[in-house]
Amino acid sequence: MSVEKKKVEGWNEPSAKERLALLNRTETIAMVGVSAKKSRPSNFVATYLLSSSANFEIFFVNPVEDEILGKPCYKSLSDLPVVPDMVDVFRKSEDLPEVAIEAVEIGASSLWIQLGLWSVEAAEIALAGELELVMDRCIKIEHARFHGGLHLAGFDTGVIDSRRSKK
Amino acid sequence: MNDREWGFKTRAIHAGGGPDTATGARNVPVYQTTSFVFEDTRDAADIFALQKFGSIYTRISNPTVNAFEERMASLEGGIGSVATSSGMSAEFLTAAALASSGDSFVTSSAIYGGTHTMFDVSLGKFGIEARFVEGDDPDSFDAVIDKSTKFLYTEIVGNPSGSIADISVLASVAHSHDIPLVIDATFATPYLCRPIDFGADIVLHSATKFIGGHGNSIGGVVTESGRFNWGNGRFPEMTEPVATYNGLKYWENFGEYAFCTKLRSEQLRDLGASLAPMNAFLLIQGLETLPFRMDGHVANAKTVASFLENHSEVSWVNYAGLESSPHHELANKYMPKGPGAIFTFGVKGGRESGAKFIDSLQLISHLANVGDVRSLVIHPASTTHQQLSDEDLASGGVSADMVRLSVGLEDSDDILWDLDQALEKASS
Repeated sequence: MSVEKKKVEGWNEPSAKERLALLNRTETIAMVGVSAKKSRPSNFVATYLLSSSANFEIFFVNPVEDEILGKPCYKSLSDLPVVPDMVDVFRKSEDLPEVAIEAVEIGASSLWIQLGLWSVEAAEIALAGELELVMDRCIKIEHARFHGGLHLAGFDTGVIDSRRSKK
Repeated sequence: MNDREWGFKTRAIHAGGGPDTATGARNVPVYQTTSFVFEDTRDAADIFALQKFGSIYTRISNPTVNAFEERMASLEGGIGSVATSSGMSAEFLTAAALASSGDSFVTSSAIYGGTHTMFDVSLGKFGIEARFVEGDDPDSFDAVIDKSTKFLYTEIVGNPSGSIADISVLASVAHSHDIPLVIDATFATPYLCRPIDFGADIVLHSATKFIGGHGNSIGGVVTESGRFNWGNGRFPEMTEPVATYNGLKYWENFGEYAFCTKLRSEQLRDLGASLAPMNAFLLIQGLETLPFRMDGHVANAKTVASFLENHSEVSWVNYAGLESSPHHELANKYMPKGPGAIFTFGVKGGRESGAKFIDSLQLISHLANVGDVRSLVIHPASTTHQQLSDEDLASGGVSADMVRLSVGLEDSDDILWDLDQALEKASS
């Protein structure tokens, strides 16, 4: 599950605070490469993001499926009816630069590359296009870290805050 | 939320214990309920399928227990924790998660007698073979590992042998065979030693002891580092599809969160050894003062051990905090603040004098527990270890004259007075 984190010039991995801020700013997410199979990690993440735990508008990009979890699939990012705030990618590492190019072209604000994935080339494309970037992180885990989910499974969230949380 | 690395004392008070989301209650509320209402059928289906986090039933998860779990994970430097009904169940659930019939594991024989029996007899009945090695010599562990071996186990401070595990060397041995090192750190607590910092993969506690400290609740906890590669091929249960959860694979779906997820959603679900919310609440109260109590325990233990070492009616003292101890060097390496407050000594005159000594104590309580604010004493050969054969007793480092002392937080002068007057009576 671990990736070799090769240095990306001019970029540091976003901190916990920055990841939370990014999630808070994000309303629409295009998920690229989600599997229709219930047992796949990408399907788990999509189910979570569509559940009442989260509050995002989700679009699926998948050229071979018509429908995932009851929602239509679009052939490509440019086919989406909206410009998504975030592009969340589950494709294999060598496909990431192509997705990054598309994400820049449609004018998305951020590129989130999932856990176990890392691409210096995709990162450089995204940064040149002024997208915010996250790599090798699971959006479900990060959302759950800040919104109580991880806590309810006994995990260390690293969060200490004496203010009441706003849902 | 922020990126500050909070200190240990801060985390002992705050980790996992934010204001209650529903009411704003500042202290962690006791969620004394068996079950939690679902939002709707889809919500229920998502939680049952592990696709969404949420509380279903207190046997599997409970918000008060979750607060204790997150706090322990934070203090141990682990990724997450699963609380259990006792220290014994923490050990049993861990073994059940890692090993199946036909598998083996390697353990020091110098461990708590109850654990020794569970490993040898109860796990043996399920076809899981415990391979006991004498002491904590890493080479002896290495020598008996084979393809069937799923983990190495030892106690950070042997109970009651007082030996100190060489954690980093044992971790190297375990990792060279692609298996995890499991450490019971009950006698140290995360304040004195965090085994994960030295390469251990899973840390177990009887929370009944110093973690609670008050001696009012039985509990246990399993903490995992999140660093072990469960996809290395030796743990098919972590990488094969799970029929009861729609064919998901723990390692692929949960990555570094896989072990704790499996432990909760299989072993805790199936065996039902869950921590009661009220006990979790009481253990949380204990954790808040853990750093201060452990400093006090260690200071008193050093005073008492030095006193006994110089007492005419005491034949030997085995406390790794004493320079005379063969374990002193390892204790300094792994527990620089001090190796806890539980140790053994011999009363001159053997078994009979030992019994007379215990019966003469006025302040120190004779009972089968350790790690309480009160000073406690027991004679292992006739109590905790009486189920062991003479051979196992000797290999576990127990002698007939051995008295085990758990030094409490009373005024040290009062503890010394009580020991002295009882030793005088024992010798007369």
